[in-house]
Amino acid sequence: MTGRQDGGGLGPLAAGRYRWLDVDRLADDPRTRIIVCCGSGGVGKTTIAAAVGLRAAERGRHVVVLTVDPARRLAQSMGLTTLDNTPRPVAGTQTSAGGSLHAMMLDMKRTFDEIVEAHSDPDRATQILANPFYQSLSSSFAGTQEYMAMEKLGQLRRAEEWDLIVVDTPPSRSALDFLDAPQRLGRFLDGRLIRILTGPAKLGGRAYLRVLNTGFSLVTGVLTKVLGAQVLRDVQTFVTALDTMFGGFRERADDTYRLLQTPGTAFLVIAAPEPDALREASYFVERLSRDRMPLAGLIVNRVHRARATRLSAARSLAAAEMLQNGSAPGGSAGPGSGRYQLAEAALRLHAERMQLAIRERRLAEHFIAAHPAVPIAEVPARPEDVHDLDGLREIGVSLAGADDPA
Amino acid sequence: MSTRDTDWDGVRLHVVTGKGGTGKTTVAAALALALASGGRNVLLMEVEGRQGIAQLFDCPPLPYGERKVAVGPAIGPQQGGDVYALAVDPEAAFLEYLAMFYNLRHAGQALTRLGVVDFVTTLAPGLRDVLLTGKAAEAVRRRKGGKYLYDAVVMDAPPTGRIGRFLNVAAEVSGLAKVGPIRGHADTVQSVIRSPQTAVHFVTVLEEMPVQETLDGIAELRDEAHDGMQVGGIMINMMRPGVLSKTDLSAAKDGTLDEDELATGLKAAGIEESRSLAAELAADLAEDARAMDLHRRERQRLAAAGQPRYELPLVPDGMDLAGLYRLAEALRDQGAA
Repeated sequence: MTGRQDGGGLGPLAAGRYRWLDVDRLADDPRTRIIVCCGSGGVGKTTIAAAVGLRAAERGRHVVVLTVDPARRLAQSMGLTTLDNTPRPVAGTQTSAGGSLHAMMLDMKRTFDEIVEAHSDPDRATQILANPFYQSLSSSFAGTQEYMAMEKLGQLRRAEEWDLIVVDTPPSRSALDFLDAPQRLGRFLDGRLIRILTGPAKLGGRAYLRVLNTGFSLVTGVLTKVLGAQVLRDVQTFVTALDTMFGGFRERADDTYRLLQTPGTAFLVIAAPEPDALREASYFVERLSRDRMPLAGLIVNRVHRARATRLSAARSLAAAEMLQNGSAPGGSAGPGSGRYQLAEAALRLHAERMQLAIRERRLAEHFIAAHPAVPIAEVPARPEDVHDLDGLREIGVSLAGADDPA
Repeated sequence: MSTRDTDWDGVRLHVVTGKGGTGKTTVAAALALALASGGRNVLLMEVEGRQGIAQLFDCPPLPYGERKVAVGPAIGPQQGGDVYALAVDPEAAFLEYLAMFYNLRHAGQALTRLGVVDFVTTLAPGLRDVLLTGKAAEAVRRRKGGKYLYDAVVMDAPPTGRIGRFLNVAAEVSGLAKVGPIRGHADTVQSVIRSPQTAVHFVTVLEEMPVQETLDGIAELRDEAHDGMQVGGIMINMMRPGVLSKTDLSAAKDGTLDEDELATGLKAAGIEESRSLAAELAADLAEDARAMDLHRRERQRLAAAGQPRYELPLVPDGMDLAGLYRLAEALRDQGAA
């Protein structure tokens, strides 16, 4: 499918040289089981994820939206008031097409606690949950949130209660963290240091014994010196207690990674029409293709459209200047007289909007030139944030291209 | 040096936070430039490994070392001071810490190989933040020839949602170390952060979510757990001037703009099809009026926080050094630096 012709709007996608991303076709397709919305912070991932989920549900699918950190009013509009890891039905969803919508907010610590509880006996679980290192790992380790989001995604997928899961990825420092984090955490928990700290008892061969013993005393020496003896004891208790679960962690992270690579998964990269966000989107697109992750397309969110595109920015600005200086024919008024103040204001605003629209289009064209095969959809900027299902529906309509003026 | 009064005289560590997308790094850089006027030397540091400063100043990625990236504006006969930049990397900071306090430079390499450094800087509760804020505290207190090396340090800090926790170093490590060297280090850092020498500035734009996060962040810093921390200014970024007069603004909002008047004006400017154009432009104006109305509401909400506010213009066509100087000037004109 090729891009549609330029209608009244002058969005970044008016160029007509891109492939159009058909969000409805993607979300309606029963083979699509997971949609992952990713992108850098502040581009509106959560809102897009919710809008995609609502639209798919109202078109007949059984959808659950997994969100990580929604704005308060958006969360309220979906009936989410607590972080409780429980999918709840979203009141107000139209079910006439036979679909349904649930939403849940991720409680990362609880998700982690549940893994621990599922994999160890009650005494050991209690011991782990009380350990300060575990508490740090489960609440503030860079990567735990991403890891737990993916863990939850795997759980929801296995539950087979929904036929479409829409995930809003955690607000990462960079969009790429989200792909790396689960593996990094898995690697970390399964790593060499952890093996050393769990003590020389488990060593396989003699040759390693000496090396690892040296390593062990060096590590413990430094940790004692820098952190103190109590800390070292906590570390050892922690790793010993978690020991039984290590293999499992790595495996779980790998499983999740594979789940993301299956054809039933579709990645939507979200960006705002700004240099940083689009640069991040470019990296992400490249990374997804390198990792053979199924990319569905790019959504450019908050695009500014200008009306009356037949009047160019330069012409509009010149006309405004003319009115201001009173040099318009029959306009003897002179500067500041305010005779054509309204027209002058309208022309200045028009010039500003045209310039903004053109700048955004140029940025999008750079992206298109670098990634001509990536389908694109756009969502226009709104004056206010979305607070209710109606707002989400409107975004869904824009996403599907149903509001295109052409 | 500068005899001019600013709102933050006496502050030497400026922590700049903001929601993603509000231009936190840009404003931090502009503030560093503004502070570097009149021969004062400033260190601009980032802590999130994004190399945002290098991108902004259009230079190669910063190593773990302080490097001059710009010169502050000259004020009259006074030359501008230097702006140095540093991308703090927690692993490098940890190795530096080991070398500085424990003379463990060589052990550092072995520890890196074994994954200890990764462990300590990512997992040990709060230690990462202690290392990052510790570097800032060290730079603030560094002296050369009896004088402070840097007149001010500006930190491009983590986003608003994490700032309270990031700065609350002592509480963060309390689970880890009740006594001992780390605790001592954290206490030193804390004494800098919880002092009138430090101010935490919030960058926002006039949209609902960033404003809400700003207000939440300010409330958090004012709670008991953050006792002694100074809330700084609110930097309202990417401001657009309004085009309409007050009367026209309310008419545009109500949809009662006089399209005839508009069309007459367009015609006077020599524009054809002025009638059909007037209808479209009136729709633009109505949309803009609603946006301005929203801005006004968000501005009032920010005013209620009772902190000094600074307004920074939208710099069209992308941020570059010229744009940074413009923002720096705006900050100086309004007394932020």
